[in-house]
Amino acid sequence: MTFLLRRAAFYLVTLWAAITANFLLPRLLPGDPVQAMITKLGGRLNSDAMASLYILFGLDEKKSIWAQYVDYWGALLRGDLGLSFTFFPTPVADVLSQSLPWTLGLVGVTTVIAFLLGTLMGVYAGWKRGSWMDSLIPVTTFLSSIPYFWLGLIAISVFSVTFPLLPASGGYAAGLVPEWSGEFIGSVLEHAVLPGVTIVVSSVAGWILGMRNMMVTVTAEDYVLVARAKGLSQRRIMFAYAARNAVLPSISGFALSLGFIVGGALLVEMVFSYPGLGYVLFQGIGAKDYPLMQGVFLVITLAVLVANLLADVGYLLLDPRTRREG
Amino acid sequence: MSPVLEIRDLSVDYGSLRAVHDVSLTLNAGEVLGLAGESGSGKSTLAYAATRLLQPPGRVPSGEVLFKGHDLLSLTEKQLQVLRWNEIAIVFQGAMNALNPVISVGTQIDDVLRTHRPSMSRPERAARGRELLSLVGIPVDRLSSYPHQLSGGMRQRVMIAMALALEPEIVIMDEPTTALDVVVQRQILGQMMRLRETLGFSIVFITHDISLLVEFSDRIAIMYGGRVVEEAPASEIYRAAKHPYSQGLLSSFPALRGPRRELRGIPGSPPDLRSMPAGCPFHPRCPSAMDVCGERMPALEPVGERRRVACWLEGVHGLDTDSNGAPAV
Repeated sequence: MTFLLRRAAFYLVTLWAAITANFLLPRLLPGDPVQAMITKLGGRLNSDAMASLYILFGLDEKKSIWAQYVDYWGALLRGDLGLSFTFFPTPVADVLSQSLPWTLGLVGVTTVIAFLLGTLMGVYAGWKRGSWMDSLIPVTTFLSSIPYFWLGLIAISVFSVTFPLLPASGGYAAGLVPEWSGEFIGSVLEHAVLPGVTIVVSSVAGWILGMRNMMVTVTAEDYVLVARAKGLSQRRIMFAYAARNAVLPSISGFALSLGFIVGGALLVEMVFSYPGLGYVLFQGIGAKDYPLMQGVFLVITLAVLVANLLADVGYLLLDPRTRREG
Repeated sequence: MSPVLEIRDLSVDYGSLRAVHDVSLTLNAGEVLGLAGESGSGKSTLAYAATRLLQPPGRVPSGEVLFKGHDLLSLTEKQLQVLRWNEIAIVFQGAMNALNPVISVGTQIDDVLRTHRPSMSRPERAARGRELLSLVGIPVDRLSSYPHQLSGGMRQRVMIAMALALEPEIVIMDEPTTALDVVVQRQILGQMMRLRETLGFSIVFITHDISLLVEFSDRIAIMYGGRVVEEAPASEIYRAAKHPYSQGLLSSFPALRGPRRELRGIPGSPPDLRSMPAGCPFHPRCPSAMDVCGERMPALEPVGERRRVACWLEGVHGLDTDSNGAPAV
C-alpha cells in the first residue's frame, strides 16, 4: 500500500508540473488571443468589439504572472478551460467533452484490440516456432511499415469509393441525432469499421513481434522445461509458465500506447474526418486556437499519467517481484 | 535388485553432431545411480533424452528406454504425459531458475496435483502441499511465497517437495546442489537420501562433483565425450578407479574422508563435439595413452564382477601384450 501511495504522490507532482508547463507555454508565445481573433475575422471588428473581447478573455487588466497562475488554477478546478476561438463561443470544456468519447471509443478500443490480438498471435507464433504463423509476421510488418495516412487513404479509396461498402468519413451518418437508439449505434459502428481496422492492421505487427521474441526467450527458461517434465497440459505451460512471463515487457509498452491514444488519434481522425479529439486539435492548430490546444494538451497529459498508473498497477498484479512487501 | 529403468544403446544427436554414443545403463529399484563427467560429457543430455525432454535440434536416432516394460521413446505424447512426474520426477537446479517467478510455489505444486490427481478437491490439494513442504522442512506458510522470496536452499527444497508430490518411482536430480554452498548442499542431499529410504524411490544423480557421488550414490557411471567410460559401485570407484579419466576426476576434488591427497586435475580440456579425436576420445589428455588409443575406441567391457570399463589398459580387450594388459597405474 505504501508503494501505491508513493506512486500516487509521484503522479501528483508530475501532474502539477505538467499543468504549470501548460499554463506557461501559451504565455511565452508572441501575440495574444485577441490579436489572433482579429486576424481570423480579417479586421472586421470595430474598437468597441475589440475592447469587449479583451474583457472577455480577461486581458483588460495588467495582472502579474503569479496572479494569472492562481486564477488559472481556480478556473481549472471549476472545470473552466476558457472559450474556444474555433467554435466561438463554446467553452473548451464542452468541445473536449463532446469529442473525447469518440476518440476513446475508436482509438482506445482498437488499441486494446490490437494489443490483445497481437499478443495472442505472438504467444502462438513464439510457442510453435517455425509454423505457418511465422510466415504471417513479414506480412503484418509490411502493413505496419506503410505510413498510416497512406493506408487510410487506400482503405477509403478501395472500400468506400471503388466498392462503396463503408462510409469514408464522419462518426455517424449525417442527419442522425446522437442518442441511445439502435439506428444511431449501428451507424456509429459502421463508421468505425474502416478507421478501426486500419489502426489494428497498422499496429498489430509490433505486438506480434515483441511477444513472439519474448516467448522464444522464455521457452528456453528452466521453469518451462520443468513444466513440461511435470506433464502439465500444453495450454497450462504455454499460458501460465511461458506467456505469463513473456508478457511483462509488453505490458509497459501497452501502457505507453494507451497514453498516446489521445495524441496519436490526430492522423486517424484527420484522414477519416472523425469527430474526435485529434480532429478538434487539428482544427484548433489551424486556427491558432490556444485555449483549445491547451485543453487538448491537458487531456493528453492526463491520459499519459493515467496510463502509467495503470501500468504500475498491472505490473504489481502480474509480477510479484515488483511488490515491495511480503 | 530389479531394474526400474533400462537405457539400451541410446544415442543422441544435435544436428549432425553426436552428443551421446550408444549408452546402456540400468537403474535398479531403490538405488542411487550417479552420473559424473565434465561439462559437455553428455550426462544431462542423456537424462533429458531418456525422459523425452530433449529440445530440438536434439534428437534420438537409436536406442530404447525401458520403464516397466514400456519403451518411453515410442510412447505417444498423451501416454507420456500420464507417466511424467507420476513415475519419473526431475529435480532441476531450483536454486537458479527452475521455479516460475510469477506464480507462488503453492500454485506450482498444486499444478502437478491438479493435472495428475483430478479427483482431489481443492482443500485436499492444499493439505498435500503443506504436507510436502513440511516433509522437506519448510514452514507451511511458505506455500503462498513466490520463488524470489525464498533463499536458494529453500527453493531447492521446494523443488524436491514438488518432485515427491506424486510419489514417483524415479527421481532424476540434475546438478541439484551446484549453485548452493557446501553446508546447504550436504543438508539437502542428506535429506534427500533419508526421504528415499522412507519413500523408496530410485535416484539418478547427475553432477560433475564426483566427491558428492562417492558419498551419496550406490553406483557411479562416469561419462566422457558422450560415452560411459567406467561404471562400478561407488566404493570401488573411490578405492580403485580403473579408467585414467575416472582417476583424473577423483584427484580433481579433495577427498571428504581418508588421507590427504594432492589435487592434480586433468590436463587439457573436454573434447569438442565437432572434432572428436579418433579412437578413444580421452587419449589426447590421457597420461597412459598408447598407440592403439588413437586408432580404435575400446568397448565398455565387464572387468570383474560389478565393473565395466572402456579402456585399452584393461586386458579383457584382447590386446596382444606380453604383460597381459595389467593396469599400468
